[in-house]
Amino acid sequence: MTWYPLGAGLPFWAQQQLVELDTTTVIRWVLWLLVGFFGIFPGIVAYMVWLERKVAARFQDRIGPNRVGPLGLLQPIADAIKLIIKEDLVPRSADRWVHLAAPVLVLVSAFLVMAVIPFAVGLAPVDLPSGLVYLIAVSSISPLGIFLAGWSSRNKYSLLGAMRAVAQLVSYEVPQVLSTVPIVLWAGSLSLVTIFNRQLDFGWFVLSPPGFLAFVILLIANTAEVNRTPFDLPEAESEIIAGYHTEYSSMRFGLFFLAEYLSVFAVSCLATALFLGGGTPIPFVGFPASLISEDSTLSLVLADLIMVGVFLFKVLTFIFVMFWVRATLPRIRVDRLMNFAWKYLVPLSIINILIAGVWYEMVIRPGYLTFWNWVWGFAVTALLVVLTVYLVFLVNRKARARVALGSEWPSLGQVRTGATIGQAAR
Amino acid sequence: MVINNYIFIGLLLLVAITFAVLPLIVVAVIAPRKRSLAKSDTYECGVRTYGETWVRFRIQYYIYALMFVVFDIETVFLYPWAVSYAGLGAFALIEMIVFLVILSVGLAYAWAKGVLRWV
Repeated sequence: MTWYPLGAGLPFWAQQQLVELDTTTVIRWVLWLLVGFFGIFPGIVAYMVWLERKVAARFQDRIGPNRVGPLGLLQPIADAIKLIIKEDLVPRSADRWVHLAAPVLVLVSAFLVMAVIPFAVGLAPVDLPSGLVYLIAVSSISPLGIFLAGWSSRNKYSLLGAMRAVAQLVSYEVPQVLSTVPIVLWAGSLSLVTIFNRQLDFGWFVLSPPGFLAFVILLIANTAEVNRTPFDLPEAESEIIAGYHTEYSSMRFGLFFLAEYLSVFAVSCLATALFLGGGTPIPFVGFPASLISEDSTLSLVLADLIMVGVFLFKVLTFIFVMFWVRATLPRIRVDRLMNFAWKYLVPLSIINILIAGVWYEMVIRPGYLTFWNWVWGFAVTALLVVLTVYLVFLVNRKARARVALGSEWPSLGQVRTGATIGQAAR
Repeated sequence: MVINNYIFIGLLLLVAITFAVLPLIVVAVIAPRKRSLAKSDTYECGVRTYGETWVRFRIQYYIYALMFVVFDIETVFLYPWAVSYAGLGAFALIEMIVFLVILSVGLAYAWAKGVLRWV
């Protein structure tokens, strides 16, 4: 293998993937890996669990954990110790090795997603030119791990949970991916760092008509992707015990738990970086980034500190909204879950891509971004959304009315004919 | 020396696997281990499990997976289009409208055929 000097003799796309291996790079990578991924992110996730218990308790008029340490702040550590000293049970009919590999796969997927998130200027673990494709690719590992978990447990509840999980994750991945196309179109790049820089210069993407619709679709699809209420059917405890992790105890369960909260954190970071302009506090103003001057490191550190703070605040808001939704909404039915993805979200995301194309062609490219054009854009988008939803609703109702009630399943009306009711009464 | 950015992803993969396996090793060392036949039974709320678990399941799951593959390949076409859209102009938009209409017709056909009907 030959080593090229940086950039020479290579096509454009390959140059972007090269990095000089000097002391700075090594220190940066080691810091990211050992402090970031081994320390800070799991720490944040542990305190998310504490926060969720506190928030859920407040919603239900309780106090929440308050015994272990002040305000229950040592609760995550106590939980971890409890999980570690529990007996590690594997059912004797399970496939031992797949049963072991499944939680590791799910956790690895949640970790890898974090690798391309830009937290502030120059503060992304790695800037891949095709970051978004990479992100989608590694986030699809987790359905595989979840299915292996359910299948290898050899438990009927686990298998049901796993099949539901795969059907749900696969269905909601389509609107999730399609809703990122408008921003790629607007930024002209798949790199999350470039998308972030573009938002620094031209304002948050969520404030444009296609951006807002894409943001709403992405929020819903994200909630489903991380199995949170109201889309938590794969682990619906009232129907299938704990779903795919019914047969998991001790730290193996802990890994699933960690992976779930880590993905909640990751998708919140993703939504912030893609649509809410990362760490910028005010849209259309490059406030902390404009502090950075070429010759002083202090200004960079200061600006980045502000940005990381704002970024984490936005992520925390997302996480809080997820907790709030969990405390508010009941679980939805499985057929409605699938219908919602395929009949509402997918058509809306396809229309949104067209809206984004037309918006770019008519407003962004000629530079006609005036206030009234912006209002018109929102009005037309809203009209299209209402029309689509109404049309789908109408067609759906017509289609359901055509099928006779109980044509597939014996309904109550058919079973309880007059004679049987009379006999039962006697 | 010049290296590829993706090496970081490889290192991260190693770190992630270590992070997952390390607590499992700790558990294997310090956790109590009292095996019993009843304890390692399949959990089914105290009822003995009946029949084979690894059965064939509904075709519906497979059909949804097929639909997913169709739409995932669609995004493979959409991303390069979106990245280079700024340099392509209005004709690319018309082409993409045609592509999306064909795809939507496919979705509508699948819907009419009852593919999207759960249970």
